[in-house]
Amino acid sequence: MKLVTGVIQPHRLDDVKSALEAAGVRGMTVSEASGYGRQKGHTEVYRGAEYTVDLVPKVRVEVLVDDEDAKAVVDVVVSAAQTGKIGDGKVWVVPVDDVARVRTGEHGVSAL
Amino acid sequence: MVELDTGATAWMLVSASLVLLMTPGLALFYGGMVRGKSVLNMMMMSFSAIAVVGVIYVLWGWSMSYGSDVGGIFGNPFDQFGLSGAIYDSAGNFLIDDYGVPGIVGVGFQATFAVITVALISGAIADRVKFGTWLVFVALWVTLGYFPMAHMVWGGGLLSGDGPFGSIATPIDFAGGTVVHINAGVAGLVLALVVGKRKGFGTEPMRPHNLPLVMLGAALLWFGWFGFNAGSAFTADGNAGLAWVNTTVATSAAMLGWLLVERLRDGHATSLGAASGVVAGLVAITPAAGSVSPIGAIPLGAIAGVLSALAVGLKYKLGYDDSLDVVGVHLVSGLWGTVAIGFLATETGLFYGGGAAQLAVQVIIAVVAVIFSGVVTAVIALAIKAAGGWRVTPENEVAGIDLAVHGETAYETITQGSGSVIREVRA
Repeated sequence: MKLVTGVIQPHRLDDVKSALEAAGVRGMTVSEASGYGRQKGHTEVYRGAEYTVDLVPKVRVEVLVDDEDAKAVVDVVVSAAQTGKIGDGKVWVVPVDDVARVRTGEHGVSAL
Repeated sequence: MVELDTGATAWMLVSASLVLLMTPGLALFYGGMVRGKSVLNMMMMSFSAIAVVGVIYVLWGWSMSYGSDVGGIFGNPFDQFGLSGAIYDSAGNFLIDDYGVPGIVGVGFQATFAVITVALISGAIADRVKFGTWLVFVALWVTLGYFPMAHMVWGGGLLSGDGPFGSIATPIDFAGGTVVHINAGVAGLVLALVVGKRKGFGTEPMRPHNLPLVMLGAALLWFGWFGFNAGSAFTADGNAGLAWVNTTVATSAAMLGWLLVERLRDGHATSLGAASGVVAGLVAITPAAGSVSPIGAIPLGAIAGVLSALAVGLKYKLGYDDSLDVVGVHLVSGLWGTVAIGFLATETGLFYGGGAAQLAVQVIIAVVAVIFSGVVTAVIALAIKAAGGWRVTPENEVAGIDLAVHGETAYETITQGSGSVIREVRA
């Protein structure tokens, strides 16, 4: 099993979610995140005092998938999140030892 | 004896209520500007000013402001201590003032001014002062700093038309340019210097944590200011209407002035700038609301907005932590409004052919107010510093003064969890 994690632009979340649903993904975890890559941050000015805000808002989407689906799910996230501009984010895949469904106690692929 | 004027009395009761609302409004205005870990303490500084001054005012506040004169500086606190002789005449009827308003209504109206003035100062020392120390300061400063100034300007003292400068021209302070704003502004500067900077000032980000609260506070201040300025006509008449319109016009112009400076200097017109411009305009028109025309109120307000927008950055250059810009807003616009009367008063101003006498006397009362407030505040602030100090511990300042001083936090976050269930409700 694999964990696919995408950190994307917040305004692409709806498209990514729809694309994942259309691709048959039945569940995901979404959380607010902040960070930067090549994009860096921005400045804000309050009463003449300038603050550098180097972390910008992002959304993290996490999906647990079976091994053979991982590549396809990554591609779905990438194509749905892509705008072609700096700051579009990253998607990565890591191996997962085990998954348990809390409701039933099932383990492994059947818990996905 | 003057007959009771029910219309005027009704308006003055409403005005007093409006001015009282300004202090909770100020609590929101200031509260939104501090960090989330100290918003409750910031708001409590305003709320507690109501509590302390509300009690003191009826004991000796009124008497020290409007009681029998002592050397032109203050009223005798024992003259009308506890409002004795300030409510009823010898026959047991309510005293009625020259406008047909009962004297006790005037007491209430004036009490609310004392409350807001001392609350204004709290913005200069946000996030770092022991709560009990603040309560002591409020009591001392309102007694030694506010009541004498109110007496000097409005109670027939040194800075009134009856004082030594009255022979030049009658000083004009319609609703508190000297008594309230210069007074609070100078006190804020002195306290910021004596109390010292917040830990991390100038190096760590100290962004306003909730700008909608700031906007709401500014709106309530503006609304309450109609009682402050139009109520200072002491009756419901054309002068009250003039003050109302001038208040609105100057405030609008000041908002535009502040936003213009931000757009040109910083690139963006901000909501904080709009709210700040509103307050700068309200401050500047306060002394002038009854003596300028609505056309004169436009430059008066616009210049206040520009001056204060430029002044708020000074603390970083000069290195004092006037946290929420009591100096930049209240002192600067208070001085400007007080002096601008010398140019723009329709009867005596320089631009209206009145010569320089009004201008001269306005400068004099402003300077005397600055010196008086500076000396009194320095004495109180240094005495408190020697007696036990102002500051909470550095650890508590970093962790957040709300939790350390009040045992509360303003906002629940999901990751805090609930910890444990309530053990028991203490009787």
